[in-house]
Amino acid sequence: MSRISTFRRGGVHPLDRKELSKDSPIEKLPLPGELLLSMSQHLGAPATPLKKKGDSVRRGELVGEASSFISANVHSPVDGTVSDVRKVRLANGAVADCLVIKVDEKQDDGMFDAVYDYSSLSAEDLLASVKEMGIVGMGGATFPAHVKFSIPKGKKVDALVVNGVECEPYLTSDYRTMLERTDKVLEGIMIISRIVSPEKIMIGVEMNKMDAIRVLEERISALHYPIEVVALKVKYPQGDEKQLLKATIGREVPSGKLPLDIGAVVANISTCYAVYEAIVHHKPLIERVVSVTGESVNEPKNVIAPIGAKASDLYAFSGGLKDDINKLISGGPMMGFAFALEDTPITKGTGGLLALPVMITKDTMPCVSCGKCVEHCPMGLMPNKMFRNIKYGNYQAAMDYGLMDCKECGCCAFSCPSHIPLVQGFKLGKKLGRKAK
Amino acid sequence: MKSVSVSPHVHSPLSTDKAMLYVAIALLPSAIWGVAAFGLRALLVLLVSVASSVIVEYIFSRISKEDTIRDFSAVVTGLLIGMNMSPSIPLYIPVLASVFAIVVVKWTFGGLGCNWMNPALAGRVFVFFSFSSAMSSFVTPRFLQSSVDALSSATILSSIKTAVSAGASGSNAEILSSASMAMSTFASDIENSTGISGYIVDAFIGNKAGCIGEVSALLLLVGGIFLIAKRIITWHIPVIYLGSFAVLSWIFGGLPRGVGLFGGEVILPLLSGGLFLGAFFMATDWVTSPTSRKGQVIYAVGCGFFTFLIRYFASLPEGVSIAILLMNIVTPTIDRYIRPKKFGYVKPEKKKKEEKA
Repeated sequence: MSRISTFRRGGVHPLDRKELSKDSPIEKLPLPGELLLSMSQHLGAPATPLKKKGDSVRRGELVGEASSFISANVHSPVDGTVSDVRKVRLANGAVADCLVIKVDEKQDDGMFDAVYDYSSLSAEDLLASVKEMGIVGMGGATFPAHVKFSIPKGKKVDALVVNGVECEPYLTSDYRTMLERTDKVLEGIMIISRIVSPEKIMIGVEMNKMDAIRVLEERISALHYPIEVVALKVKYPQGDEKQLLKATIGREVPSGKLPLDIGAVVANISTCYAVYEAIVHHKPLIERVVSVTGESVNEPKNVIAPIGAKASDLYAFSGGLKDDINKLISGGPMMGFAFALEDTPITKGTGGLLALPVMITKDTMPCVSCGKCVEHCPMGLMPNKMFRNIKYGNYQAAMDYGLMDCKECGCCAFSCPSHIPLVQGFKLGKKLGRKAK
Repeated sequence: MKSVSVSPHVHSPLSTDKAMLYVAIALLPSAIWGVAAFGLRALLVLLVSVASSVIVEYIFSRISKEDTIRDFSAVVTGLLIGMNMSPSIPLYIPVLASVFAIVVVKWTFGGLGCNWMNPALAGRVFVFFSFSSAMSSFVTPRFLQSSVDALSSATILSSIKTAVSAGASGSNAEILSSASMAMSTFASDIENSTGISGYIVDAFIGNKAGCIGEVSALLLLVGGIFLIAKRIITWHIPVIYLGSFAVLSWIFGGLPRGVGLFGGEVILPLLSGGLFLGAFFMATDWVTSPTSRKGQVIYAVGCGFFTFLIRYFASLPEGVSIAILLMNIVTPTIDRYIRPKKFGYVKPEKKKKEEKA
């Protein structure tokens, strides 16, 4: 551990509750009978479905094709038949075209065991494979990975920063991946570094995961990789790429710009693992590790589940839900989406499925200008002023206060003593503000 | 029963009503000391203030059909008004102050969170200018009395002010002893053994004439540290307020008595009057202080400056409440123009954006 750092402005310290699922090794979900494979697995345009009702699909077969540059391929996670193509509401509230895949009894399991040599491939070939395999950023924003790794001519990458922060409470899927798949993750990182050719490589890990830091450092020195592990003080939202870059390389991403503009590429731990599988085993992104946890889950677990598996199957595999269940959440408790239907499918960005009892009992009270939201906003905004302007319909004024820089991390609403639904206001304000323009 | 709502789905344990309760708890040590020092009459004043402000708040919450009585803000307002009263005050004065605070300052502007002045301070200043003589006659605390009867007494600040404007010179301690200000035996013991002025010791512990809640700097400090530890307030406003006042007093405080620059006394002025009560409990009022850190610094320096100005160069002996009220009025302006630096803010970047819009 060479140094300890963190970002400076704002941030909060929610109870991390990672102990619930921290010590459960990754387990494989028994194949469910039916998958709901959304064509909208990622940020950007949905993929175009290539299959119709009645078609049979093979495991790893391309079933949805990227429809534009910012879009990603979708592959079938199983052998089966498309029993229907219909609209399904995803956890984030969006309605997307879904292939309903009936899973065959007999599956070809050994399919992706072969190891391919990639040492002769050029950076362009590797990037093409990443695109082909439908890899997206798996930290939650699901930005197509090939877009992130395409370095425009003339730009230089100073640093590849791997995001092992997992700052959301409860979630442990990246943590388990770092512990159990260390070598593969590291190899994935080295593959990405061949694509983007950075000057240095760093992995940022928060200090509530000391054993992950230790394992990573051991393996890095054994394998002689030029990777630095940066230990980070625990603070939410350090896993956001802007805060992570501030903490690791000390630069701020300018408002409205991308990490690439300050010479940095950020990749999530699970993304690195997916890149490893895609390049070494030619395996598309068809499954991921999901933490099924929360106080209302009987046996919190980390589960490998095929993309498109229904939440109900994962909850059932984790011992079912307790009676005090109040909320089902896809993602973490700070930024995740609450959903109502238990057969909502998981997508490539689902790092966790939570089931929580009642966590917030207070009602909203008037704003008392305490300044907690301003104090805790990691982006240096004034949420109180933005919210007031949105409330009275002054979307332009709210945008002048920096509404579009808000990333809905929830620090303001978390710390607001009057329990004002600030994030809800900002989501609404952004939408209406764009419309008004 | 499952529910769906927007993130975040967890919340910090702090809430507004809890914070108000903590403020009331933090005020209690000093209030209890006031009752101990000035007797049951002080307790009566406190009870009347709290009861009247809670009753008025209740009436208005019924009229507006908002449930505001549970947020404890009326209790805090009432308690602060009571603690800002002389123990010998006629009881209708705190009642009037409470009514003014809750009705005029708070509810006419829309209730909790909408007032632009600290209600308790505004109430106090209202009755101060309406009933100046009753508001500025104080009694000697129990531990300084030689006889059983409550003696009327001037405060440290007013006796210094009177002496200085009459042309007296010399240190505060000399002025006070020539005005035959009483000193506790404990404090004079300390003065004899360590050389620290007994008046400072008395002012720190709370053996001085003054309002019920403002006399014990020690217990106010304890309450303030409790609030900082509970993260209700941050250290910035109180420390910068006290600090800027101390620096200004040191530099310019000697001028009225002809000592020149850098000759003012610091410690006794800091500990006397309502400065600690103001710095920890009134200037830090959530509603009427700026929200950004930079704004809070400006606000606190302004409070220190006006307190200094009124105490040394105006006709009033004490200026804490008026200084804070003045800065309360400036707060919306501070909040409008002093904004935190945005993450990743670059100037040319902003110009481009404006062009687009």
